[in-house]
Amino acid sequence: MIEISGSESSMPAGDARRNNAWVQLRRNPAAMAGAIILVIMAVTALFAPYLATDPTNMSPVDRLQPPSAQWWFGTDMYGRDIYSRTLHGSRISLAVGASVAILSIAIGLAIGLIAGYIRVLDAIILRFMDGLMAIPDILLAIALIALTGASLTTIIIAITIPEIPRVVRLVRGVVLSVREEPYVEAAISVGTRLPLILIRHVLPNTIAPLIVLATYNCASAIIIEAILSFLGAGVPPEIPSWGNVMAEGRIYFQRAPWIILFPGLYLALTVLAVNILGDGLRDTLDPRIAKRM
Amino acid sequence: MALTQEAATQPVVEVRGLTVQLPKGGDRVNAIEDINFSIAPRETLCVVGESGSGKSVTAQAIMGLLPKKQLVVTAGEILLLGENLLTALPERLRALRGSRMGMIFQEPMTALNPVLTVGRQVEEVFATHSTLSPTDRARRVVDLLGSVKLADPERLVHVYPHQLSGGQRQRVMIAMALAMEPALLIADEPTTALDVTTQARILELINEIKISHNIGVLFITHDFGVVAEIADRVAVMQKGRIVEAGNAASVLGTPTHPYTRMLISSVPSMIPPDKRTNDAGAVVLRTRDLEMTYRGGGFFQRSREVHAVKKVSFSVQRGRTLGIVGESGSGKSTVARCIVRLINPTGGDIFIDDVEIAKLSPRRLHDYRRRIQIIFQDPYRSLNPRRRIGQSIVEGPLNYGISHDEAWRRAKDLLELVGLDPAVVDRYPHQFSGGQRQRVCIARALAMEPELLVADEAVSSLDVSVQAQVLDLLDDIRLRFNLALLFITHDLRVAAQVCDDIAVMHQGEIVETGPTADVFGNPQEAYTQALLAAAPGKEWRFGEGAITRRP
Repeated sequence: MIEISGSESSMPAGDARRNNAWVQLRRNPAAMAGAIILVIMAVTALFAPYLATDPTNMSPVDRLQPPSAQWWFGTDMYGRDIYSRTLHGSRISLAVGASVAILSIAIGLAIGLIAGYIRVLDAIILRFMDGLMAIPDILLAIALIALTGASLTTIIIAITIPEIPRVVRLVRGVVLSVREEPYVEAAISVGTRLPLILIRHVLPNTIAPLIVLATYNCASAIIIEAILSFLGAGVPPEIPSWGNVMAEGRIYFQRAPWIILFPGLYLALTVLAVNILGDGLRDTLDPRIAKRM
Repeated sequence: MALTQEAATQPVVEVRGLTVQLPKGGDRVNAIEDINFSIAPRETLCVVGESGSGKSVTAQAIMGLLPKKQLVVTAGEILLLGENLLTALPERLRALRGSRMGMIFQEPMTALNPVLTVGRQVEEVFATHSTLSPTDRARRVVDLLGSVKLADPERLVHVYPHQLSGGQRQRVMIAMALAMEPALLIADEPTTALDVTTQARILELINEIKISHNIGVLFITHDFGVVAEIADRVAVMQKGRIVEAGNAASVLGTPTHPYTRMLISSVPSMIPPDKRTNDAGAVVLRTRDLEMTYRGGGFFQRSREVHAVKKVSFSVQRGRTLGIVGESGSGKSTVARCIVRLINPTGGDIFIDDVEIAKLSPRRLHDYRRRIQIIFQDPYRSLNPRRRIGQSIVEGPLNYGISHDEAWRRAKDLLELVGLDPAVVDRYPHQFSGGQRQRVCIARALAMEPELLVADEAVSSLDVSVQAQVLDLLDDIRLRFNLALLFITHDLRVAAQVCDDIAVMHQGEIVETGPTADVFGNPQEAYTQALLAAAPGKEWRFGEGAITRRP
């Protein structure tokens, strides 16, 4: 039998790659700050009914009160509590952000895998996606809502659809490069069938870039939802959302700037937190891109 | 260049006690340690060693191109024409890099800027290092391209790098390195990425300019054929140290250090050995007029056709090895991929037991896949980095309904068979060296109990000593399981040692085929003759632990 010579030294043991990514993320202060802000946001949104009063409760006596010990964020023109409305609004924003991120990744992943692996459909799917990308997100969302009527579900769908093409392109790119890898060809030659090849060998390669893309989709969905609500095409006015609150406060902007300020701050802070978390994730999950930037 | 007697004997470069430290946590303290050598004008020093021996670090240290902060020179001096480079200021070093020393790299495509014409890039050297007027510069560029034997230099000036072949690009690189008449040329594996026939011409060119430009050459290579061809003196490196140095004839002919001896005896000979072979068994696989044509172009582009494989017919018998040799682009790998049905051939037939498999549907093909297995070139990419090697080995048997326990038991047996400890089934690929990974790939292929093993450049990326071990292993399993082996390689030495029969491919066609001894000893076709003549070190005899010049 053949001996293994000393020149063939094996590398040091250690298969804790994912663990390592977590440790690296913990060392990234910006990303951790983003994560902590998001956790606080999520917790306050979840327990909003216990942390604040009813956001629809009107109190005409207390109209347009500035921020004070009683009204932390002030009140609006009907005397509703802006603090309560902002907190309740974060439920809509986070729900929309998370749902759009998950839905767009799930649908985009499925379409991207098909486009990357079935050559015949590739060109058709991609041209369709190109067409979809050519329509401005907000215009498409407004059109869809106009067709189906405003509700949380239609808004999530309307924001998800324009996000899908980017996911498809990313997944397809990864699939096209991974399918040429010798280890995928080796799997084909040992008789592994297509679905298993996709799940076992291709899918894991898409996870890291998709997690990063999901954070960006989440941030952009939160903004688009706010824009739609601000334009009056979003969630129905009886439900407080950041966009709704800001839209209502627009006319009183000079007399009562707090109506716009606090939901606006929350919006900016949330989007910033999601984005810096996404940047941190990208740096730890894809060190090659991090070095180039 | 007129030289005084003194200047002619002064070494162009002298390296004394050079030590470069590796970052902490490396596999050794120093990348290179106590390196001493000197190179005289018109002399070629070949630094030979396996990957990781520190030969490229030596070149980078001389050029002042060590990655900052990662690799630090801790001791020694480098004297270029008597001037110490390690104490030179960065500006001085930059000036010296163009004018006194030039470097050429392994991959000429990445070393040239793809968006600038060849003329612009060569001219830039003059613009940086001389005060020539633009018209003079243009004239010098054409002269220079002519001097490295590039045909039609006036036209080449306006050409972009991608329009050139690999050999032409390397010539442009050499021209740029020679532009300012340097005293020292450093060549880091300059021919490794080139075909043998191109390599032969580049080596010839380097030998010529060494004399005509009166320069010293530091030539880094892992290929002893190239060493025999070009070296005046040889330095053998192992783990950062020079273990043996001296005249080419003496180091190659009578190596004294055990490592040098091991390296030299690992270099396969061009003369086919009398091999132990099984009696030719039944035909496992044959192809008839196999064709593969790629059609390019999209909706709006003109369609293009590339005939990668044209009417290729051969058969492989149990217990025998058929070698397909040829240069890059000859279609040999495409043949392998057609046979394994990783791609669908566009014409011709492939028979296993008289069943035609070239056009079988994936469902019907499933039963036949098992019988042909492939081993790829790059052991770093042919195992899924996220899966334990055991999982990679059992994947195939599980696909064919072998029970879980049985598959894992077999995986352990096979690991032992290929010379690895069965306990490593739970490790990940990154914990293994290249040679060990290739053993795992062989085990994965054997787990399918194939009748035909296709080795597509399976040892080409391995160091010569590891390569010898893997070749022994392949030969061993071929005999043990009475396998048919289809061995695809560009390396004629390896082919000579391994193959019973040879098929020479050129531009998609088999130009010559026959028993190895006949093809190597008495080639009939002009292309085969040219290919064999281009093999580096052809005037030297390899094997028996020494490399000696043929009488």
